[in-house]
Amino acid sequence: MAETTAAGPLVKVRDLKMYFPIHAGLFKSHVGDIKAVDGISFDIAPGETLGLVGESGCGKSTVGRSILRLYDVTDGTVEINGSEIAHVDRDSLRSKRPMMQMIFQDPQASLNPRMTVASIIAEPLDEHLELSSKERLARIYELMDWVGLNREFAKRYPHEFSGGQRQRIGIARALALNPKFIVCDEPIAALDVSIQAQVVNLLEELQDRLDLTYLFISHDLSMVRHIADRVAVMYLGRIVEVASRDALFAEPLHPYTQALLSAVPEPDPASERNRTPIVLQGDVPSPANPPTGCNFSTRCPKAMEICRQMEPGVFEFGGGRQVACHLYSDDMAEPAEPTAGSESN
Amino acid sequence: MTDAPVAKSVAQDTSGRSQWWDVWDQFKTHKGALFGAAVFLFIVLAVSLGPLIWTIEPTFIDIRARNSGPTWAHPLGTDQLGRDILARMMAGGQVSIAVGLTAMLISVLLGALIGVVAGFFRKLDGMLMGLTDLFLALPLLPLLLVMVMLFRETLARSFGPEMGTFILIVSAIGVTSWMQTARIVRGEVLALKEREFVLAARSIGTPPRRMILRHILPNVLSPIMVSATLGIATAIITESALSFLGLGFPPDFPTWGRLLFDAVDYLQQYPQRVFWPGLAISLTVLSVNYIGDGLRDALDPRIRGR
Repeated sequence: MAETTAAGPLVKVRDLKMYFPIHAGLFKSHVGDIKAVDGISFDIAPGETLGLVGESGCGKSTVGRSILRLYDVTDGTVEINGSEIAHVDRDSLRSKRPMMQMIFQDPQASLNPRMTVASIIAEPLDEHLELSSKERLARIYELMDWVGLNREFAKRYPHEFSGGQRQRIGIARALALNPKFIVCDEPIAALDVSIQAQVVNLLEELQDRLDLTYLFISHDLSMVRHIADRVAVMYLGRIVEVASRDALFAEPLHPYTQALLSAVPEPDPASERNRTPIVLQGDVPSPANPPTGCNFSTRCPKAMEICRQMEPGVFEFGGGRQVACHLYSDDMAEPAEPTAGSESN
Repeated sequence: MTDAPVAKSVAQDTSGRSQWWDVWDQFKTHKGALFGAAVFLFIVLAVSLGPLIWTIEPTFIDIRARNSGPTWAHPLGTDQLGRDILARMMAGGQVSIAVGLTAMLISVLLGALIGVVAGFFRKLDGMLMGLTDLFLALPLLPLLLVMVMLFRETLARSFGPEMGTFILIVSAIGVTSWMQTARIVRGEVLALKEREFVLAARSIGTPPRRMILRHILPNVLSPIMVSATLGIATAIITESALSFLGLGFPPDFPTWGRLLFDAVDYLQQYPQRVFWPGLAISLTVLSVNYIGDGLRDALDPRIRGR
């Protein structure tokens, strides 16, 4: 899957920051920021799936939306397929929209209830291509075939479909312009468990066929384990650990990742009985007022004195693995550049 | 760019029917709406084609037959000057319905435009909602008085006295009654804007103009429809109030509101004279409300399926 890594990463995110200003008081003065995404960097190689995991409110979805410039980012750069996204003007951004698309979490909310399936799928075509009505219809039918929707459903409305079918409509819309990069923003979180597998398999099948690159945002670790090539773990607006899937699930290095993985139930009852989850104390701090030093220091079972004073650097472990934790500062003193996965899965 | 042989038969099956047939099918199932449409059509036909059959001039004074009850010569009776009430009802209906529809159109267009722009563009929100509050706070009657004083002469000179007054009244009512619509629409747009399908449209690169036309407006159709149907009623009644205060059409020019207020003086002696214009106004308003109700249901695909 990763034979094209020589060409460099498809998506290159550097020091991305997305702050939402807080206005308060009589004159709505700017009193602070919610630091939803606070300086994250990562690469995604062509054809790769990067899983982005973390608990609710840690900024996963904001990352996905900022990368596609659905928000005006505060700082940092995003480069997709060689072109800068984060700070270009509206017109040149519009011409770059076709190569990056998004699949949304709630298939109910992401489809306009007053448009037919055909017009929903055709919206990107109408916006970016000049097609005759015959070509347009042919393309709509082709997309419906790809995602496994019956062609006869083209004139129906979203409310007539089940959740899984609606998500297929959303996927067809995202595929309409032959994108290279798709952000999947918890595409299966709102679906029934039996449907989740179908949709994930569809996503994998489409990735193989169309050579897509995914940023797969999810809080479902077992799904991420299934679909992702590499996994990035987020906590409170920062990435704490990036590693290839197998390495991460075999031996999590960051204390937060360890706690997160220990919470996943085992399918085997015998090993489930021996599982000892690491229970974190307290709540996630407010992103408007993050702690000094390491963001995780308030809840970390292994916190040291330095964690509360200094932000940890990013330490490279080889094979594209990076951990942002003071525990490893003795082993390697070298702050690392983010890298895309280089091992093939 | 795609594989050529697309199943022709399927294409025929699904695209043969335009969705307006579905809308009509659903509209037909709404009994109230059908009945309302029939009544409204009847009223419109009666006031527009009626004068061709019932040829008595609404301003013709038959002083010997004044204050008469229903007779063969005057089926709805006559007023205190002996003018035929049936003829006056028909002439008045033309004006009242025209005023009601036009004023409603103006106020709904203004309200929807301001509401959508205020809800969609955050930068303009404060200013536009301030303007809306300003209009809501203005005392309407003095404002209308000033408008009539300022513009009546100029409009009468360029469009003739009747057309001039019509334009004046219609725009006066329209300009002073859009605020409720704007507020309701803005609220709906604010809620819609956060829905994911708007975000999806943004990720496609749909410009704001088409985003509003394609995603926002169709989804705020219901509240707009409701305020439009209610607006007709308010416009007809406001027009009659204006005529009553001498700010509207000239006294000898019949409108339903005018007839109603003229008849109020004789309420004790000839109560039937209030009955006819009152009935006409109520029936028009009610039928339009039912039509709006049916249209709203018919235009919503979620209800249409059932």
